[in-house]
Amino acid sequence: MKRNLNFIEASSLLEANETTSVELTKIYLDNIKEAKELNCFNTITAEQALDDAEKSDLRRQQGKLKSQFDGIPIGVKDLFCTKNIKTTASSKILSNFVPSYESAVTQKCIDAGLISLGKLNCDEFAMGSTNKTSYYGPVTNPWKSNKSDAKLVPGGSSGGSAAAVAADLCIASLGTDTGGSIRQPASFTGTVGLKPTYGRVSRWGIIAFASSLDQAGPITKTVEDAAALFEIIAGHDPKDSTSSIKENESFFDNLNSSVKGMKIGIPKEFKSDDLPASTQKVWDDCKKLLQNNGAELINISLPHTMDALPTYYIIAPAEASSNLARYDGVKYGIREEGENLIEMYEKTRSVGFGDEVKRRILIGTYVLSSGYYDAYYIKAQKIRSLIKNDFNQAFERVDAILTPSTPSTAFEIENEPNDPVQTYLNDIFTVPINLAGIPAISIPFANDENNLPIGLQLITNSFEEQKLLNIAKNVQDTVNYESVPKNWWQK
Amino acid sequence: MINGWELVIGIEIHAQVKSKSKLFSSSSTEFGSGPNSQVSLVDAAMPGMLPVINKFCVEQAVRSGIGLNAKINNKSIFDRKNYFYQDLPQGYQISQFKDPIVGNGFIEIESEGQSKKIGIERLHLEQDAGKSLHDQDPNLTFVDLNRSGIALMEIVSMPDMKSPDEAVEYVKKVRSILRYLDTCDGNMEQGSLRADVNVSVNKPGNDLGTRCEIKNLNSFKYIHSAIIYEAKRQIRLIESGENIIQETRLYNIDSGETRSMRSKEDAHDYRYFPDPDLLPLILEDDWIKKIRSSIPELPDQKKERFIREYSLSEYDSSVIVSDKSTSDYYEKVVKDRNPKLVTTWVTSELFSVLNKKNLSIDESPISPNHLGELIDNIDNGKISSRQAKEIFEEMCETGESANNIINEKGLSQISDEGELEKLVDNVISSNPENVEKYKNGKDKLFGFFVGEAMKLSKGKANPKVLNELLKSKLNT
Repeated sequence: MKRNLNFIEASSLLEANETTSVELTKIYLDNIKEAKELNCFNTITAEQALDDAEKSDLRRQQGKLKSQFDGIPIGVKDLFCTKNIKTTASSKILSNFVPSYESAVTQKCIDAGLISLGKLNCDEFAMGSTNKTSYYGPVTNPWKSNKSDAKLVPGGSSGGSAAAVAADLCIASLGTDTGGSIRQPASFTGTVGLKPTYGRVSRWGIIAFASSLDQAGPITKTVEDAAALFEIIAGHDPKDSTSSIKENESFFDNLNSSVKGMKIGIPKEFKSDDLPASTQKVWDDCKKLLQNNGAELINISLPHTMDALPTYYIIAPAEASSNLARYDGVKYGIREEGENLIEMYEKTRSVGFGDEVKRRILIGTYVLSSGYYDAYYIKAQKIRSLIKNDFNQAFERVDAILTPSTPSTAFEIENEPNDPVQTYLNDIFTVPINLAGIPAISIPFANDENNLPIGLQLITNSFEEQKLLNIAKNVQDTVNYESVPKNWWQK
Repeated sequence: MINGWELVIGIEIHAQVKSKSKLFSSSSTEFGSGPNSQVSLVDAAMPGMLPVINKFCVEQAVRSGIGLNAKINNKSIFDRKNYFYQDLPQGYQISQFKDPIVGNGFIEIESEGQSKKIGIERLHLEQDAGKSLHDQDPNLTFVDLNRSGIALMEIVSMPDMKSPDEAVEYVKKVRSILRYLDTCDGNMEQGSLRADVNVSVNKPGNDLGTRCEIKNLNSFKYIHSAIIYEAKRQIRLIESGENIIQETRLYNIDSGETRSMRSKEDAHDYRYFPDPDLLPLILEDDWIKKIRSSIPELPDQKKERFIREYSLSEYDSSVIVSDKSTSDYYEKVVKDRNPKLVTTWVTSELFSVLNKKNLSIDESPISPNHLGELIDNIDNGKISSRQAKEIFEEMCETGESANNIINEKGLSQISDEGELEKLVDNVISSNPENVEKYKNGKDKLFGFFVGEAMKLSKGKANPKVLNELLKSKLNT
């Protein structure tokens, strides 16, 4: 069978009875087995997957399919709670946690007949952009530079989700994006990553990092797949008070790739001398492409872009410091005994959390402390409004905004800068979108001089995912990026 | 005033919202269920769980705010109050800090025979914590999360009270209003209503003193004695030249003393911030108006009406309306009956029995219908008041209706003139000498005839009718 099947191809094969869900699932389980070195999965649920696949095949025989994508194997970031399946957030503190409940998003996937192959590695509590903060060790990017054999990061925090799709360990995957955690790894792995409008996808049952920013979304091989998987997981959920009451839409059926007459904004603040020439070139090429296809380019300004990163690194840790207070050794997860309650807390949390998580809890606790609250948290909230306002004003003039997804391509695992702030800069193009609550997509466009994928980011106004997907499809269809990594991990 | 010192008292009341389910989850709130039997995934703070506001609790808070004559805020915000404790599963309590659901209001209390206004600063909604059980094991603490997430209203007064009596009156009045509104059952023993009391002392004309807060008082008696103890403690300290330290104190119900729990310096930094899992709570004016129009008659209005309709004294009326169940009981009995008689029977006989047996009116051994029946029998002369008291006692013991007891014991009064006339004739004819003496001016003998006639009737003769008959027969 063809390598690197996408959602649409797989569903056609299933429909034509050229394969079965069990056969597909077996292939992908084999792929996963061969790719141990990439460390994409925290938990592989082979038995459950085969069982579910069998049921899907039975449904197909009986003509009782749950959806047109029934039987397609996917991977799930280990941040979504899955009933009776270990859910760790890649943290030691939850390394023994088995939920008794299914997250809203994964339930929707089950309801559509998708087959989960297992739980994908990620940065601990989704905090990171390298996947190196995982208690289960880093994920390796299936891509390698053509000039070196060094292992590269897949990006993060949804590093496992992106790498697994790029390495063809699943047909598509679920990720979450708080400051770029879907788009940045998608960009580093040549995959498509969609961060929906805040409120489009229920957060119920997703282990929280920063509640006002977290949003789940698909990582896929194509824009069509992104539309299909997004449509499956989107929709109002009364169990999530921040869930939008907007009706779900037929994003997949309504896909069309015309950009004629559309106005595409190019924000001047994203231009930088630090941007690698190859990234700048890809950005310029895409502008030309859109222009050639009938879109109009408009120079715009998003004046508070440079304030986004510090703002993000106040708001996200503040919320995280509170969200992670529940991991205290009392109710679930690991517990390190102590002489008294306080000692038990201290030992459990010292042992249970990794350095990056501790760093953010400390930052968050600090910025919320009395005496600092106004100077940091309140100020950050004000700037957040200004950032949102920048986008509102821009969208009065343009349909979408085009930027690079990341300032660089994937870098070496061993070569991460010592200063965490340098690592935080990875998210500089993606965090403003989370702060504004708007949707964005990263799509692969070309490879750089080292043969590493470069992603571009398209952004639209809230709830305009259809337009976003349409433009993305236009770019995808025109550029015809079909690179896949060499499968060096297969023996 | 104590020894020339003025007291300043402010009170925070924590009132459990009367609601079948919790503030942010659908778990039951019933009291007395087995440990951890009413705990949802949200209450236990399982990973990824999200709070969803219970609309009914919001409605109850608004209703309470209206009852406290307070401003209902169209927009309020839920904040997280962060601290670590074993019975706080989330590691934070969802509360309202800067923007509460209810703003300024007031209530009126009775103080030294006068009506006095006590300001309400605010009312906000918050979650209760779970309960730590330290007495189940020598080395372990157990946690019961049944209470975790139950909705509380924190009602904060202005520092408007000047004496322990006023403080108690205030809490009683708030409790009464909430019970009238049916927004809190007011059960202090079960902890549905508890008070934190802030006390400071100062010399008249001087600035306010440093205050101390006494936590978690759950009876009127404790509120009263804790304030007295605390005020005296502060006075003693100041008079011996020491300073009051602003702190939180606990009242020991056995010793009647307060002791330091934590000082202001040790106070938690709760790191309040808006809960990002919850949107601001927006209340439409129309919705508030609808609730306002459904507010029942409250104690102050009822008191006026009872005075007007049933000619109750100021005092009797306020006693009866202070408790909603009592006023409901009274109204059931007084309907179509003689208010004077009803008031006497309720306020003296019934209350004294309840007091003696330490029962609430809801637990009264005599139902309003039964009491009404008894009063009917008095009013139509079927029984004497003396008999009525006997019957009443019997009713308390057995729970029987008045009519049943009267019939069973043949207690009903003879008021029939024909029957009594026979008795009277009998007495007169059997005592010719005494009749003679009476007619010759020995008026005192009248009592003798009454006694004899009563004896014959086995005590059942209607004394009024009997008297009249005797008088007319003897005087002819």
